[in-house]
Amino acid sequence: MAGGICDKVAILGMGCSRFGERWDCGADDLMVEAFVEAIADAGIERDRIDAAWLGVFFDEQSVGKSALPLSMALRLPNIPVTRVENLCATGTEALRGAAYAVAAGACDIALAMGVEKLKDTGYSGLPERTKGTFEDLYLPGSTAPGAFAQLAGAYAAKHRYSMDELRRAMAHVSVKSHANGARNPKAHLRNRITVEQVLDAPMVSYPLGVYDCCGVSDGAACAIVTTPQIARSLGRRDMVTIKALQLAPSNGVEMSHASWDGTYTLTTRLAAQRAYHEAGIRDPGSELDLIEVHDCFSITELVLMEDLGLSDEGRAPHDILDGRYDAEGAIPCQIDGGLKCFGHPIGATGLRMTYEIYLQLLGRAGDRQLQQPTVGLAHNLGGIPNRNVASVSVLGLHSI
Amino acid sequence: MVALAQIVSAGAYVPRLRLPRAVIAAAMGWLESAPSRVAGTRSACNWDEDALTLAIEAARGALRGISAPSALHLASTSLPFADRSNAALAAACLDLPSGIETMESTGSLRAGTAALANAARRSGTTLVVASDARIAKPGSVQEMRVGHGAAALIVRAGGASGSTDGPPPLAEILASAHIAADFVDHYRMAGETFDYWLEERWVRDEALRHLPTRTIAAALQAARVNTAEVAHFAMPGPASIARRVASDAGLAQATLADALEADCGDTGSAHPLLMLLGVLERAQSGEPVVVLGLGQGVDAIVLRAGAGLAAWRAGGGPLTATLARRRDEPSYTRFLSHAGLLDVDFGMRAERDNRTAHSVAWRKREIIDAFRGGRCRDCGTVQFPRSRVCVNPDCRRTDSQDGYALADSTGTVKTFTEDWQAYSRRPPYVYGNVSFAEGGNLLMELTDLDAGELAVGDRVRFVLRIKDHDPLRHFRRYFWKAVRV
Repeated sequence: MAGGICDKVAILGMGCSRFGERWDCGADDLMVEAFVEAIADAGIERDRIDAAWLGVFFDEQSVGKSALPLSMALRLPNIPVTRVENLCATGTEALRGAAYAVAAGACDIALAMGVEKLKDTGYSGLPERTKGTFEDLYLPGSTAPGAFAQLAGAYAAKHRYSMDELRRAMAHVSVKSHANGARNPKAHLRNRITVEQVLDAPMVSYPLGVYDCCGVSDGAACAIVTTPQIARSLGRRDMVTIKALQLAPSNGVEMSHASWDGTYTLTTRLAAQRAYHEAGIRDPGSELDLIEVHDCFSITELVLMEDLGLSDEGRAPHDILDGRYDAEGAIPCQIDGGLKCFGHPIGATGLRMTYEIYLQLLGRAGDRQLQQPTVGLAHNLGGIPNRNVASVSVLGLHSI
Repeated sequence: MVALAQIVSAGAYVPRLRLPRAVIAAAMGWLESAPSRVAGTRSACNWDEDALTLAIEAARGALRGISAPSALHLASTSLPFADRSNAALAAACLDLPSGIETMESTGSLRAGTAALANAARRSGTTLVVASDARIAKPGSVQEMRVGHGAAALIVRAGGASGSTDGPPPLAEILASAHIAADFVDHYRMAGETFDYWLEERWVRDEALRHLPTRTIAAALQAARVNTAEVAHFAMPGPASIARRVASDAGLAQATLADALEADCGDTGSAHPLLMLLGVLERAQSGEPVVVLGLGQGVDAIVLRAGAGLAAWRAGGGPLTATLARRRDEPSYTRFLSHAGLLDVDFGMRAERDNRTAHSVAWRKREIIDAFRGGRCRDCGTVQFPRSRVCVNPDCRRTDSQDGYALADSTGTVKTFTEDWQAYSRRPPYVYGNVSFAEGGNLLMELTDLDAGELAVGDRVRFVLRIKDHDPLRHFRRYFWKAVRV
């Protein structure tokens, strides 16, 4: 395996818009909102940015394709801009482009921007889109909750939980994230909820009820990255560096091969192994101080605790109910509310997770600040359990 | 008497949904002072069934264990396409060789018997499928009477005596006689949804009094069978009229075959053949059978029950089996919606554009129409869809797959959901991961299910159904779905 980019890239500044149903904003407004915060945080002139990466998933309704939406919205000085898309890992993919450019020495300072404007869809949930000319001929017209609900049935059957038992653990996931989101002024959903509310909510896709599903939100988040040396030259002492940035897409096994049993996300396991290796993490359960995972649905977060190597197989429901991933637990998960409550503007999500870990590591997370965390993990899962792109990034506090 | 042909196999399919006539009466009875004919149920297509999918299911039953026929003759008055060969589409979905001769018989309720009589005079082996899913106007007499269903027969040229190959037949076709008469008891103009029916008493007294009797006599004469010998008489329509026709024709009342009014209804062009199947499930070898098709004239076909019936019935008759697989539909409005007679607001998700890329559908026709996956020659992995590179992570060979038919395979539900957010014409939309018995996995739709019925581990088989409607281009496309065994 190649040496990787551990500690070769530092985050100079970050910004994140308020997430939510931003009827007042278009995607360009959201990008400006995030960028104004980030450029102030970085303390540099806008024109020092050498290149930029823009992550947008639903280009059809957000801002359109190509470099132009970002270049135009920020009136960038005609620097190279690359638009990337990798399903729900899009934001992390933008960060990967910027980080690799800096690590390669091609850029001194690079910008990664992720944005999504979902609430012009016209209805709740994600937009209905074609799956392509061939797959439309045979794949179900599934929804995101329906596709992720698949995990629950297989998980319950394999690990011998009744669906009621499993749903109770899933409910704990959502209750926890709402409690966290309530303390985050930028979060989409800031109401506290109870287990009973989750269990009694209207069914969306069995066994996922309304409160098992994350918010569908508008928002943007961005990062300005550079080398630790340049960051130091700009006066930074404590800085957050990228320890690992790994990606694993499916190759068809979960879709077509009998070896996948439907109870886990294969790509997360692969991306996590690589990321732990790149970051030099041997025991994630004791080395990670906080995690931001792709909790698009409560069941997703539950199985991810196992896929990331934090809970033993079949034990995630117990660990969750024991509070291991609560704000006060051993490994706080979604301390900012997660996709569930901070919200899930797809292209922005990976960068929003990075933003929270960045704030936490620098001690700037306000009411929800954890006790001196030094290493955090962000995980995205784009697509559906049958076919997806997983990204795992590890960020650490780098003191000089 | 040397038979014209033999029936060597048969299949039947009646859709699972049965609408109790009392449900119709409860919804539409306000039209009449005294609602009548409320006994029993009638069969009705699910939202994803039509005359083509019914035909496919019946034909699959008939084709089981049979080598590919040389011709496919599809009979119906309610086929989905007016100009696109429904028979060629059926042949593709049945994975029949492309060299097959395909024909359609339509335009009359005699389409089924006409196809059968025609097949009896052909060389080779003909798959005759008759299928109808007629839509009746709400509140009409036909709404109560009509049912949906299909019957399929494999007809092989020549009599049993001259044949040395294969098991004894289910029946021999001895002769047929025909009368064409433009007696307009009902009609449906091209492009229209509903029939227009004339006065029943006129039809009964003027047409049914004379035409069937003459045709039956001619057919029996050609078959050299005496009226007294006839053991079974299959005539669609109300029992009272069949009784009178039998009497006029000199046939004993005891010969009258069940018109399947109690739990199916009149399946139009399929009905004479479906009734024939009912007869064959009871008949003794050697008994003569008369089957009547009515519609601007009469087809009378004389058959003799064959020596193969006992063995065939041992596994349970196909008509009995399909009638037993049933689920009462308690909602009249849902029935109307399935028939396209109620403009339901399915929400904005229903506005998705379901345009079909026909160049892709053609390129992938074996995958989509015939449900063929691939099987790797190197590692044996079965996979769907077939692709250039094997999906087995330990193999991944290129161009190593042969086509592998999955339609007649079975599967197990690995996991599933009941989706209330997704667009479905019969929510919840059920889909899941299905493991094929041979290995391999497919995320696919499941159908004929209500909420709470399915469980992980359930066994499934596969049926061709309507995949999507494309209201913009007035098109529908088909694919295979899983149903619980």
